[in-house]
Amino acid sequence: MLMLMLWGSAVAQTPPQDKRSGFEFMSPQTQAMQTDASSNPGMLWMIDGERLWQQPQGSADKSCASCHGTAAKSMRGVATRYPRFDERSRKPIDLAGQINLCRQHRQSAPPLAHESDELLALSTYVAHQSHGMPITPAVDSRLRPFRENGRRWFERRLGQLQLSCASCHDDRAGARLGGSVIPQAHPTGYPLYRLEWQTIGSLQRRLRGCLVGVRAEPFEFGAPEYVDIELFLMSRAAGLKIETPAVRP
Amino acid sequence: MSPSHDARADQRTKTAARGEIIEIRALVAHPMETGYREGPNGAVIPRNIIKRFVCKYAGEEVFAAELFPAIAANPYIAFTTVATTTGTLTFEWIDDQGEVQAASAEITVT
Repeated sequence: MLMLMLWGSAVAQTPPQDKRSGFEFMSPQTQAMQTDASSNPGMLWMIDGERLWQQPQGSADKSCASCHGTAAKSMRGVATRYPRFDERSRKPIDLAGQINLCRQHRQSAPPLAHESDELLALSTYVAHQSHGMPITPAVDSRLRPFRENGRRWFERRLGQLQLSCASCHDDRAGARLGGSVIPQAHPTGYPLYRLEWQTIGSLQRRLRGCLVGVRAEPFEFGAPEYVDIELFLMSRAAGLKIETPAVRP
Repeated sequence: MSPSHDARADQRTKTAARGEIIEIRALVAHPMETGYREGPNGAVIPRNIIKRFVCKYAGEEVFAAELFPAIAANPYIAFTTVATTTGTLTFEWIDDQGEVQAASAEITVT
């Protein structure tokens, strides 16, 4: 009886005990590639990020380390609670956006381009400091409307194929799309190395891929919709562990 | 795409017993552009792959490989050799643009 009631109230939602990272949908070979740091190509960006963290930038001639010191201490757990609310812009901001804000306001340096190797390297390095820690979305009521907006985008049918994110990742998770298993769409390992891309990429790049896949016009990189969707996805993935840099097929 | 092409190797000193078979793993940051792809403007992106990868152990060549366009970006190369003497492992690779990159790691043999 109790079971039936639970099912009734949670239609098409993945029950929390069945919440699984995309890692679990991969072949053992791809899993091994991610787990072993010496074969995970994402580590190349991680190492690059470590170097950039120390490198003074802009007219302020400050490095990330000048303010934040050792990343292993200061950045530990940070990626588990992003996106967070930015007081200045009164909007949520993702990790890459925060790095660029630091560049503008603290380092007096021009922002790094979306999907540039430098920005991906720094994001990877910062997010990696939370490796193995559970996602714990920021409790901040000011984020609620943005998170709800993200949920609306997730559930909204888009493009010529009239599919929503939920059509695949809630209703058909675990089934196949062509030869590939459809994962539950938890953003646990971004930036991640995608074998299809032959490089590392951000969640925004991944979302653009899905938007093009349903034949919708993708938002531009840096569009606020992506941050709202990330907010929703991170609350949906709460409790799963950060894997950055993950490897995906 | 791949991060800046500077050579890097895990600089931690590794130890092994004399006569032991050791596995050496290298992950090389390189785009391995095949020469078959077109850019957004329709023009073919020129081929740029690592042509040859060499590992020297205390000055002596112990491993060499020729690479081809079918090999993925950021190639992972693993091979074995016998630990003979304390010294330096040097890695060197050259790509289509003639750029020679090198990295090294120390090994202590007991």
